[in-house]
Amino acid sequence: MSLDHDHNIDPHPHRHRRDGEPLRVGIGGPVGSGKTALVAALCRTLGPAMSLAVVTNDIYTTEDADFLRRNAVLPTDRIEAVQTGCCPHTAIREDITSNLDAIETLLERFDDQIDLVLVESGGDNLTASFSHGLVDVQIFVVDVAGGDKVPRKGGPGVTFSDLLVINKTDLAPLVGADLQVMGDDADRVRSGAPVIMMSLVEDPSAKLVADWVHEQLHRWQS
Amino acid sequence: MQTLLSPLLLLADSRLPTGAHAHSGGVEQAIAHGLVRDTAGLEWFTRRRLATAGLLAAAAAAAANRAAGDQALLSALDTALDVRTPSPALRAASRNAGRGLLRLARRTVADLPDLGRRPHHSLVLGVLSSELGIGPDAAAALAVQSTATGITAAAQRLLALDPFDVADLLLALAGAIDATAAAGVQLSDLPDLGDPLADLLAETHHARKDRYFVS
Repeated sequence: MSLDHDHNIDPHPHRHRRDGEPLRVGIGGPVGSGKTALVAALCRTLGPAMSLAVVTNDIYTTEDADFLRRNAVLPTDRIEAVQTGCCPHTAIREDITSNLDAIETLLERFDDQIDLVLVESGGDNLTASFSHGLVDVQIFVVDVAGGDKVPRKGGPGVTFSDLLVINKTDLAPLVGADLQVMGDDADRVRSGAPVIMMSLVEDPSAKLVADWVHEQLHRWQS
Repeated sequence: MQTLLSPLLLLADSRLPTGAHAHSGGVEQAIAHGLVRDTAGLEWFTRRRLATAGLLAAAAAAAANRAAGDQALLSALDTALDVRTPSPALRAASRNAGRGLLRLARRTVADLPDLGRRPHHSLVLGVLSSELGIGPDAAAALAVQSTATGITAAAQRLLALDPFDVADLLLALAGAIDATAAAGVQLSDLPDLGDPLADLLAETHHARKDRYFVS
């Protein structure tokens, strides 16, 4: 799988950034694909090295934020939960106000000393994707148990996300998913843009994704 | 002032990015208590809100619109709105919605008067509408219309109501909406009609962890 594909022509308009602003990474994907667990892993792996904050967009509860707090991956005051009024895709796409407010609150609380903000979307369908007014780069997480046809079906998240994560690869034999097919389909649909196949069971540190995020930080800070 | 129609229609558009879609105008909690179960209940609830919160929002929006950037007057209006909103949760909701609208206002208007960081929503609406060439009557209409549609849209989602029934309801409420806006514009002082039920619903709602909406 290609990890370092360099887009020479940047297809996305980027948001207006001020100096010293944190990198904003959106994490989207269907319900149950492992977004929250991935966010937790990234917090554990990246947290020690940088000032990190998280915005969660649960559809209904503050459960994702509570999960992160209970598992002590980040201090409570670095996690903001946002209600999306039954419209999780609206809140990350056509009306990003609530999420912008949450990020602003975090920046005020930490005196602008934040390096990285992870914005986790509420579990949604394959047509949801982040507005570039809200995030700088986006990770889309699908899982093997969701079916090996998912990459082939495409959709904005699968096709245009900056990184596609195919998660829970350890479950492939149990659900009859063909990892080779998923990987090949993903490569084709994404024209070779980054894809990572992973399992948090096999690597709880999510090293490959953490490394990718590190790369983005370097790219965006220069 | 002859109101410009396009900016008015834009401010009335529910797709305007202001965060309003995340507010239910209190109906989420009313539904939780079984007070609203269908379109009939929704009509009852909306009329009640129009007569109290709607009237206050209309009067405040019109006053802010007429204030022509007078800082002292706007500050006094902000305080007056606090005084007439005894529920801390409802004050917070209004300021949360105001913050969202202010974000848009700052992006689109060059020399916006200083409204602080979290002004009441109707204040921002009045000021922004004025800057966009919209007069006080239309500003009041916007305030009341959005009070009604915020409630009905949230109820439609939560109860899976037939959207055509909801559209019918809004048309049936048009007279009450227009009358409330007109009444608000006429007032020289902000009205002080409270609604203890709404206050209790708001406080209960705010304390819940399992809610879809901000308010």
